[in-house]
Amino acid sequence: MSHVLMDPATTIPQAQSGSTPTPAPAGTPPLAVEMRGLSAWYGTHQVLQSIDLDIAANRVCALIGPSGCGKSTLLRWLNRMNDTIAGARASGRLSLHGLDLLDRALDVVDLRRRVGMVFQKPNPFPKSIFDNVAFGPRLHRAYGRTDLEELVEQSLRASALWEEVKDRLKKSALSLSGGQQQRLCIARAIAVDPEVLLMDEPCSALDPRSTASIEELIRELRENYTIIIVTHNMPQASRVSDTTAFFDEGKLIESGDPDTLFTTPRERRTEDYVSGRFG
Amino acid sequence: MTAVAARNAAEISQRGRLRHVGIRQCTEGIIEWSLWGLTMLSVLTTVAIIAVLVWESTGFFTMAGHDDVTVWSFLTGTTWSPLLGAEPAFGILPLVTGTLLVTAIAGAFAIPVGLLTAVYLSEYASPSTRGWLKSALEILAGVPTVVYGFFALTFITPYLLQPLSESFGTYNAMGAGIAVGIMILPIVCSLSEDSLRAVPQSLRDGAYALGSTKFDVTAKVVVPAGLSGVIAAFLLALTRAIGETMIVALAAGGLAQLTANPSQQVQTMTAYMVQIFLGDAPANGIEYRSSYAVAMTLFALTFAMTWAGAIVLKRYREEYE
Amino acid sequence: MTTIGQEIPIATRRRKDKLMLAACLGATTLAVTVLSVLLLSIFVQGASSLSWSFLTSFASRKPAQAGILSPLMGSLWVCAICALVAIPVGIATAIYLEEYARRSRLRNFIQLNISNLSGVPSIVYGILALAAFGRCFGAISADDPLSLGDPDGFFYLQLPFGRSVLAGGLTLSLVILPIMIIAAQEALRAVPPSLRQAALALGSTRWQMVWKVTLPSAMPTMMTGAILSMSRAIGEAAPLLVVGGVLLLFSVPENLMSDFTVLPLQIYNWAGRPQAEFHKIAAAAIIVQLAVLLAFNAVAIIIRRKLQRPLQS
Ligand SMILES: Nc1ncnc2c1ncn2[C@@H]1O[C@H](COP(=O)(O)OP(=O)(O)O)[C@@H](O)[C@H]1O
Ligand SMILES: [Mg+2]
Repeated sequence: MSHVLMDPATTIPQAQSGSTPTPAPAGTPPLAVEMRGLSAWYGTHQVLQSIDLDIAANRVCALIGPSGCGKSTLLRWLNRMNDTIAGARASGRLSLHGLDLLDRALDVVDLRRRVGMVFQKPNPFPKSIFDNVAFGPRLHRAYGRTDLEELVEQSLRASALWEEVKDRLKKSALSLSGGQQQRLCIARAIAVDPEVLLMDEPCSALDPRSTASIEELIRELRENYTIIIVTHNMPQASRVSDTTAFFDEGKLIESGDPDTLFTTPRERRTEDYVSGRFG
Repeated sequence: MTAVAARNAAEISQRGRLRHVGIRQCTEGIIEWSLWGLTMLSVLTTVAIIAVLVWESTGFFTMAGHDDVTVWSFLTGTTWSPLLGAEPAFGILPLVTGTLLVTAIAGAFAIPVGLLTAVYLSEYASPSTRGWLKSALEILAGVPTVVYGFFALTFITPYLLQPLSESFGTYNAMGAGIAVGIMILPIVCSLSEDSLRAVPQSLRDGAYALGSTKFDVTAKVVVPAGLSGVIAAFLLALTRAIGETMIVALAAGGLAQLTANPSQQVQTMTAYMVQIFLGDAPANGIEYRSSYAVAMTLFALTFAMTWAGAIVLKRYREEYE
Repeated sequence: MTTIGQEIPIATRRRKDKLMLAACLGATTLAVTVLSVLLLSIFVQGASSLSWSFLTSFASRKPAQAGILSPLMGSLWVCAICALVAIPVGIATAIYLEEYARRSRLRNFIQLNISNLSGVPSIVYGILALAAFGRCFGAISADDPLSLGDPDGFFYLQLPFGRSVLAGGLTLSLVILPIMIIAAQEALRAVPPSLRQAALALGSTRWQMVWKVTLPSAMPTMMTGAILSMSRAIGEAAPLLVVGGVLLLFSVPENLMSDFTVLPLQIYNWAGRPQAEFHKIAAAAIIVQLAVLLAFNAVAIIIRRKLQRPLQS
């Protein structure tokens, strides 16, 4: 297991400059997210250090790395949830389809309808299942009743929850099981028709069965959305992702095709991490 | 090493004199029963309040020589003039409407201001601002109610109300109502704020992530989620307003009249009780006894409202998990 | 699929956002303004009448010579009696409910009863106290009281208590008992269950656990609650008015059976008079009352700061 021992000093810049290392085949999908020298702080504590990473549209990108390495922070810059935290700031370049996400004047409300987010712990509102899914659409548009019903149904179908809840849409969302709640949160995010879906450890609070159903869902949703998922579960990263990026101590260590990354990593730290020697 | 130390410890441990298990069990029993006895004092208080009120009110309704005073005439009568004229009248409605008028004015002031302040504290204010404002509210909550009565009499009525309209007398329902409103403001505010702050941050995050503005998050997620606590806060505050005595005794006047005009003086149930207990009404006279029937009505009203608050909290409490 | 539906212009949503912020800020400003105006108006009216002789003289028909010695001492006596009764009983009840009667039907019933008691208007407690303490429910005639001790000495008791300072203190203890119980319960609930389990696992009895582990760690919070309950008691006037606190008194209490008045009653008396001079001394008495309250709160804050820190870390 030591076939990729290299000097870290020479390899780290290499990993950063070649941040889309998968050999690009013809007809590469367009880029959705582009990061160049992205650094982030909470107060004076630097959490991300000069990240360069590209994420292709309609693909699944998995972010892995030990706790506290800044994965959630990265996600929260993508939909500017960090605006709600006093003292959070970032520098460098971060763009979504050419839109500068670090622009102070950016309309974050509009951004967040384009970039949906699913949280680690399912967080349905204490409202009915229907009202949960309809919450986002109602914020942004005025719908007729039938349109809204159709939208809720389609969103629930898209998150593979429809069959389970179609008879109790008026029941409280809190009556659902954890896995169902998480799929409801996915339906809620889908209903506003985002371009990108951010998922922050969406399965870490779930049992294996619910996890499997969410994984399957992620693979299907890839057709319509760009998905960026944080996970601690490495088999999961290799099952669902098209690209996997490994972070440690605020730096992007290595990124690429999950099969390569998990079997023949270029970096020592990646190897240690994926083989379970730390983190 | 450790094995030796452990053996030593075991041996030293045996040296202490063994305490008697029987004595210990006995003191435990005595303590538990004493605590139980002291706890029962609060139950006894409720029972005694009800017993005294029922007993004395019965005395009022069955008083010899006053056959026209019945429970029905008491609850539906529209004239309250126990001390005036040859033929006293005991219809409690003017006292009830007086109480409700003052309470309504207080609620109309304190509920919106208190709720909006609570929203500001829980959703907008920085931690240091919140700390300052909460201390200010704590001061307001500690001010004795007689002080608010004084404020109504010497500031609200002469400097705020009388310049607005000449119809306001020295004593009026409006001044007293506003003062009661100021008194209950900290209750509305701090209990609502507790309830809003108990809404988990993850729900706010979920709403922001869908593209909510702060207004959307607050009005459509946070307030609805904390609603049971907010409504319980309103009910508790209104209960306090109904039972408030010193403010109305000082500032609302002493004339029991059936009116909805806030510039008029009104008498509340509590103010009537003060009038009787301070005055020289003979202890076995009908006026004196009537104060117990009024107290019974007041007790029933506040009891019902406290009960309603408890039900709201219990039945509609949101479990966020 | 979501392009159906009429777009709500972002400007409209932003406007609502601004409106709400304005409303919240406005309400908060109003609340703070009201507090400032209240304090300011009282200070302006009363400051000139404050003096040392105001604190040390008896009431008078001439406002310029009137003082608050009787009500000040009366408040002290009444509060001391109230604290001696309500704080131990309140803590005992809280201990029973939190440490002994956990999760029984009896407990639910008592809990409901306490929350109902805390909603009972204070004047109604006055009526109960008048019947119970003032008249012993009519069991003993006031004209033929049972007495114990020397009427002029310190140790003197009489049944029924009548209009005495003891009756007043007991009345206030009824009023604040539910508040005290709830505060003590909250303090006990804040003690982590792991501490209790550790004590029980070492073989302590329930009372040993309470006495040596739970109570000490709940004590600072409990004392804060007790002081806040007392600051409620010291401002109460209505129930004392019913049990017979005197509005005008020219003496200070000498024993438990003495007549009494308290600051809020004195304020009520002066505020209720039409002459502006009396309003001035009412305001001065209010300043004294608020100063006492502020001192109470300061002590509560100090206790909270001093004693809570080592327990929390
Ligand atoms: N709101 C915050 N304020 C201050 N520091 C934070 C905050 N959130 C996270 N951090 C810090 O930032 C670092 C990265 O956190 P995070 O992005 O949540 O890591 P990950 O999701 O990879 O576990 C951690 O050291 C964490 O302590
Ligand atoms: Mg994280």
